[in-house]
Amino acid sequence: MPTLIECWPVLEDRTSLALTAGEAVSVSGELITIRDATANRLLDIAASGRPLPVDLAGRVLYAVGPSPAKPGQIVGSAGPTTIERLIAYLPFLFRSGLRGVVAKGELHGDIVSAFRDAGAVYLAAIGGLGALLGKQVVAAEIVAFPELGPEALQKFTVRDFPAVVIIDRHGGNFHETARARWRRSQSR
Amino acid sequence: MRTIDVRVLTDATARLLVDANYRIPPDILSALRAAALAEESDIGRQTLAHLVRNYEVAEAEQLPVCQDSGVTVVLLETGQDVHWTGGSIEQAIFAGIRQGTSNGYLRMSVVGDPLARPTPAGSPPGVIHYEIVDGEGVRLTVASKGFGAENMSALRMFAPADGSGAVKDFVVETVDRAGANACPPVIVGVGVGGTFEKAALLAKKAVLRPIDQRHPRAETAALEAELLKRINDLGVGPQGLGGTVTALAVNVEVYPTHIAGLPVAVNIGCHSNRRTSVAL
Repeated sequence: MPTLIECWPVLEDRTSLALTAGEAVSVSGELITIRDATANRLLDIAASGRPLPVDLAGRVLYAVGPSPAKPGQIVGSAGPTTIERLIAYLPFLFRSGLRGVVAKGELHGDIVSAFRDAGAVYLAAIGGLGALLGKQVVAAEIVAFPELGPEALQKFTVRDFPAVVIIDRHGGNFHETARARWRRSQSR
Repeated sequence: MRTIDVRVLTDATARLLVDANYRIPPDILSALRAAALAEESDIGRQTLAHLVRNYEVAEAEQLPVCQDSGVTVVLLETGQDVHWTGGSIEQAIFAGIRQGTSNGYLRMSVVGDPLARPTPAGSPPGVIHYEIVDGEGVRLTVASKGFGAENMSALRMFAPADGSGAVKDFVVETVDRAGANACPPVIVGVGVGGTFEKAALLAKKAVLRPIDQRHPRAETAALEAELLKRINDLGVGPQGLGGTVTALAVNVEVYPTHIAGLPVAVNIGCHSNRRTSVAL
């Protein structure tokens, strides 16, 4: 059974410290959506000395650009996007208090220790699970940048959102250990 | 001589685009179901079972399987004895992409200007490839190419002396480097030969070939099987969480090339690899 974790709206230290790379989790709480263009806007705002449209202290981001909601839906399909493209923005987001990211894909090198230094975790959702993951979003509200369409900054309330801990707060990086464990020597 | 109105292309493109995004190809769904049993890692099997469920729900409830409906890639194979009337073929297909995106509640994921990033009205919403074939037949293929996988694709111009060993290593290393970012289990399209752009187009056609068809040439089919085994030995597994199913298939296409060259392109498709095709 997955570990239940909550962020209403912050991810508490005692919760995130207990997570271990490879652990299945089920997230309920508030997530702030982000993508390339969203992060770029936030960076511009911070660079000009203005306050961000949302306080990121203790918060968890979800890297997602949902498809348009059909009539009767809260959001359309809403699976994760690749975290690698956010590397350029993560140090700034960590300085703003970010304590977790939900996304997909791998992180290697210096950025992994940046997570540890910031006391943040990386949770991977399944890429390409958009139809199902959209159903776990029970409320959505555009907070800023509506002109960015799918890259607008939104507040998502999620219930029982499935993910796997990839980077924990103790130096674990599950993609690296899992791949090494299953790798077979190459027959040439 | 056969005469066809280009509006046929608008309607068909719109319909195929929505179909492709709501229902993944049956050969791929079968392969995912088989993989959900064959995968040796527990987390890998669970991940594959989630994916199969996602595709079943998307089809039943008519939802986009993924929020990234990608860049629409259209291949129009038109007979040389077909006369198109009623306007521009290109504009008719673009209109179909716009209609399908809107009708299907698909995310418009294309920016008009790749450097400045904004999208002027009327800028092309997708990519079209044309092929002239014999006769009066027309085949329209519509694919949605998500960029998680597209971004991990690669092309390299090898020297003849590098030989098949270097080509194989390049394909395997490209999938290894792609890792979880490409949304494994992936479908790998490989184009070998031709020129710089021909190799890329061969790789695109390879990735769009049904995965239950091996190449008709025995030595190419053997190459596909060898590459698939080596890729599945990488250990990447479903979503990079570790396991024995990293790719569902490797499709290779080959073409004559220059005496001085050996171009190789690797186009990666994610596990949905959305495509539909119809004869018009």
